[in-house]
Amino acid sequence: MYNQTEIIKDTTDLGPEGELVVNMGPQHPATHGVLHLVVTLNGETIKKIEPHLGYIHRSIEKMCESLTYRQFIYVTSRMDYLSSHINNTACALIVEKGMQIEVPERAQFIRTILNELTRIASHELWIGAMAMDLGAFTPFFYAFREREMITDIMEETCGARLTMNYIVPGGLMYDIHPEFQTKVKAFIKQFKEKVTEYEDLVTGNVIFQSRTKGVGVLTAEDAISYGCSGPVARASGVRCDIRKIAPYDAYDKVEFDEVIETAGDSFARYMVRVKEMNQSIRIIEQLIDIIPEGDFVGKTKNVLKLAKGEFYQRVETARGELGVYIVSEGGTTPYRIKFRSPGFSNLSVLNHIAKGSKIGDLMATMGTLDLVIPDIDR
Amino acid sequence: MTNEEIKAYISSHIPEASFDETGEWLTIIIEPNSLKDIAAVLRGQPMQMDYLFNLTCVDWKTHLTMVYHFSSTTHRHNIVLKANVDRTAPSIETLCTIWRTAEMLEREVFEMFGMQFLNHPDLRNLILEDETTAGADGKSGYWPLRKDFEDPINMIKL
Repeated sequence: MYNQTEIIKDTTDLGPEGELVVNMGPQHPATHGVLHLVVTLNGETIKKIEPHLGYIHRSIEKMCESLTYRQFIYVTSRMDYLSSHINNTACALIVEKGMQIEVPERAQFIRTILNELTRIASHELWIGAMAMDLGAFTPFFYAFREREMITDIMEETCGARLTMNYIVPGGLMYDIHPEFQTKVKAFIKQFKEKVTEYEDLVTGNVIFQSRTKGVGVLTAEDAISYGCSGPVARASGVRCDIRKIAPYDAYDKVEFDEVIETAGDSFARYMVRVKEMNQSIRIIEQLIDIIPEGDFVGKTKNVLKLAKGEFYQRVETARGELGVYIVSEGGTTPYRIKFRSPGFSNLSVLNHIAKGSKIGDLMATMGTLDLVIPDIDR
Repeated sequence: MTNEEIKAYISSHIPEASFDETGEWLTIIIEPNSLKDIAAVLRGQPMQMDYLFNLTCVDWKTHLTMVYHFSSTTHRHNIVLKANVDRTAPSIETLCTIWRTAEMLEREVFEMFGMQFLNHPDLRNLILEDETTAGADGKSGYWPLRKDFEDPINMIKL
């Protein structure tokens, strides 16, 4: 009888005849969207992964060239739909930067709270979906129980549960719901009680650990070279949190730790996100009681015109660094706009870290990269 | 490093580079044929621009401008690098041997602007269908993000 390693040893140098090409996607439950991966296999070992994009390409960059600075924000909610508040913030910030609009402190505080709530909601969905990819169904319900509270808060505040469009240049579209603070505090209380539950369910789980530890290892040098950001890079020990490097809104007024893990494997990426949720709670707790009174939107002109020149704004979404680059000719619409999406760079590293591992491990590696396809295709 | 130090250091290695300080970050403007040299200068000591966080192209109707945004994870300084490229047969050296993230970003610029990246290992369409551009010769003229692009069926103009 052969043991498993011997079988693989036999087939490594079979050449093209021994290769098997498997199409993963565009409709595959684990890709969470229309991502098409062409996986070249040798036995069970991955030799090459080639991503094919574009199934949900809407050419948002071209579309934005004909939209005004008030209109283009609504399109960006559809990019990374799990962190639409943060996308909106990025666009609002760049317009404010280009026009030197002063944002009232009240709006800044509320924006920061909403951004952190969005981050928690996104990580919650990720934990549930990722555990489900690895075969554990229960964490999905646990994670969605808390996520539901956040989406309810969002619904009351902005009228939408996913595509918020609440943050506009100058501040907010309208003031927060009177019950907002009570609801957020109730959420924090419940979250703190329950977060240990799915940590017990997932983190300490022997099967989960053996499927993720040492799988898809990414070194710090490669993370930087591939342009990775967010939890993916931080799990490899790269300090890249834009909230720390270039604080925006109220992030310079709060204390929080940048979560760093050094192992660089799938389990480290999982741990970064879990710890990040706790840091987000810490930020919200510091701000929720001291939201200043005053205007929720600064004084802006009806027609927004950016000065001639180039502007770049970096923000930290739940997935990493989102960059908005605007070239303005002084008109009411951008001349050229580019969205540097975190998922795009994080996807480019997939071939590098999954090469040589088993196809079963691809689920863990891809799951922990936390890819959102509309964000990659734009 | 301060902007003045960066300028002095770059000028000593690439004399023809010019600078623009009107934006948020220092902008270095170079000729496309010296891209490989300046890339080595930026990546090496003491600049250590190891993080290429944005790579894109702007169509100015008369020429194309490649725009690179660099950051250093050790020194935390950012710079912008620009190179003006001829619009009729645009080509520029690839950076993906130094910054691996450039490989996919350059493929996107290739299909959207028709930019040819010399020595790129795998220059194919990434987002669009293969048959839409067929821009391997750099002449076919279906580049969606160029300003003169017209699509009467799918494009909505406001």
